[in-house]
Amino acid sequence: MTYEIQPIESPSRPRPHLIQMPPVDTPHPTPTAEAKDQAQPKVQIKDLRFYYKTYEALKGINLTLHDKRVTAFIGPSGCGKSTLLRVLNRIYELYPDQRATGQVLVDGQDILDPRQDLNLLRARIGMVFQKPTPFPMSIYDNVAFGIRLYERPSARDLDERVEEALKRAALWDEVKDKLRESGLSLSGGQQQRLCIARGIAVKPEVLLLDEPASALDPISTQRIEELIADLKSDYCIVIVTHNMQQAARSSDYTAFMYLGQLVEFDTTETIFTHPKERQTEDYITGRFG
Amino acid sequence: MISIYARRRAANFTIMTLSLAATATGLLVLFLILWSLLRHGLPAFSANFFAMNTPAPGNAGGLLNAIYGSLVMTVVATLVGTPVGVLAGTFLAEFARGSRLAYAVRFINDILLSAPSIVIGLFVYGVMVVRMGHFSGWAGAAALAIIFVPVVVRTSENMLTLVPASLREAAVALGTPQWKVIVMVVYRAAMQGMLTGVMLAIARVAGETAPLLFTAFGNNFWSANMNAPMANLPVVIFQFALSPYADWQLLAWGGALLITLAILALNIVARMVANWSSFGK
Repeated sequence: MTYEIQPIESPSRPRPHLIQMPPVDTPHPTPTAEAKDQAQPKVQIKDLRFYYKTYEALKGINLTLHDKRVTAFIGPSGCGKSTLLRVLNRIYELYPDQRATGQVLVDGQDILDPRQDLNLLRARIGMVFQKPTPFPMSIYDNVAFGIRLYERPSARDLDERVEEALKRAALWDEVKDKLRESGLSLSGGQQQRLCIARGIAVKPEVLLLDEPASALDPISTQRIEELIADLKSDYCIVIVTHNMQQAARSSDYTAFMYLGQLVEFDTTETIFTHPKERQTEDYITGRFG
Repeated sequence: MISIYARRRAANFTIMTLSLAATATGLLVLFLILWSLLRHGLPAFSANFFAMNTPAPGNAGGLLNAIYGSLVMTVVATLVGTPVGVLAGTFLAEFARGSRLAYAVRFINDILLSAPSIVIGLFVYGVMVVRMGHFSGWAGAAALAIIFVPVVVRTSENMLTLVPASLREAAVALGTPQWKVIVMVVYRAAMQGMLTGVMLAIARVAGETAPLLFTAFGNNFWSANMNAPMANLPVVIFQFALSPYADWQLLAWGGALLITLAILALNIVARMVANWSSFGK
């Protein structure tokens, strides 16, 4: 197997695994407990394969994400969980060496179709990154930025939308008196909530969170988790996390990935109490990863 | 143990001393230049200096025509050079990053950047002055613009490359079209550095003499006509400083001080504008 040196822009570079594990022999687990859930399927991933140049980072993923539920992707570094997330809004297309095959159906429509308009897709599927990424503009303009892209609201409507998004992101009380100040003047945790406000201000259908709290202190992390619990009522949320407790606390479903394969997918409760696969158990109990 | 530690301390001390000495030497030279400029140039500043044209030796006069010519040609070069340079830098950093074409363009730009300015003057002489049949302010501005562009290309590209990819990804993830990502997010993030690049380029061309000798040439009378030979500070300084007349030499000192002060002021203003307009801090 050859590993390509990836550009540093790509946070989801494949890494040679340091821990030797037996090969995964059940790449297509069949979820059972989810059948009891009333939630609607929002995103259906079918035989998804992903390549960095010639390196296969995702080896045939089949997975369904539910609306108004939180799904967590867990697994050791380089397992492909961030890569999988980055397929869902096709942001990988920024890098010419990366490509995906298979199907990703959002409301039954294949978003990997080359005819899919990327900007419209990304307006429907929001993303928040590991490191806070406020734009170099005022707090207000940060949140209004996405709204102004596809809508022409009146000044009053825009004010309301910005306020609503900031309230939803639990940031309003801290910034309402300084909306004209730079977004970069906020603390790290506030910046991350600003990015979430910016992401939900455009009213997306799916929210992708790529380790949203890993750069934050415990108190900010707690606020982000409370926020996720609150946002769940309106969005299909996917969260990539290295923090097992976080996955257990904040998600309804958990997908455990290893070496580019989906090892096990089930309700979070099942994954953390009665995992079917040995590898899943080893990982969540901290025996490796 | 002790001897290793002592050796490290000695090495540290040596390097510190050497770098301090180097810094001091650089600063000393700078202050000597400023000091001699102020000492010889300040007495030249008078009402006449800013109100009258370059005189015949022994007559009262000033540098009005040269100040005007330098100002106009620098402004034209800036207006032409800034958009060309910024757009070319944007192409290299945003659209062609890592491509063969970008490599070639960057290489050629570096050659242009280090080309002797007299060569650029001769080039414009051949292309414009010979065909038009006479020296002109336009030719001077063109020569300055050619010197201007590669400086801005280089600095814009560098500054845009420094903008973290995560910021671009965040903008793209909202569904932002690429041109808006560049104009509304990346440019803002790189604003201060790009402005500094433009300032550097202005400072560079404002003091250029060689390319103007063959293009704008110079003019001892008032002329606002860009189609005619045009007076300018560097050439006047060059001519007057080499002359045997004390009053001309005084004007040359005054001109040199004026250029220096103007560039200093421009830099301070640009820094203030950049701090105020970009939310970089």
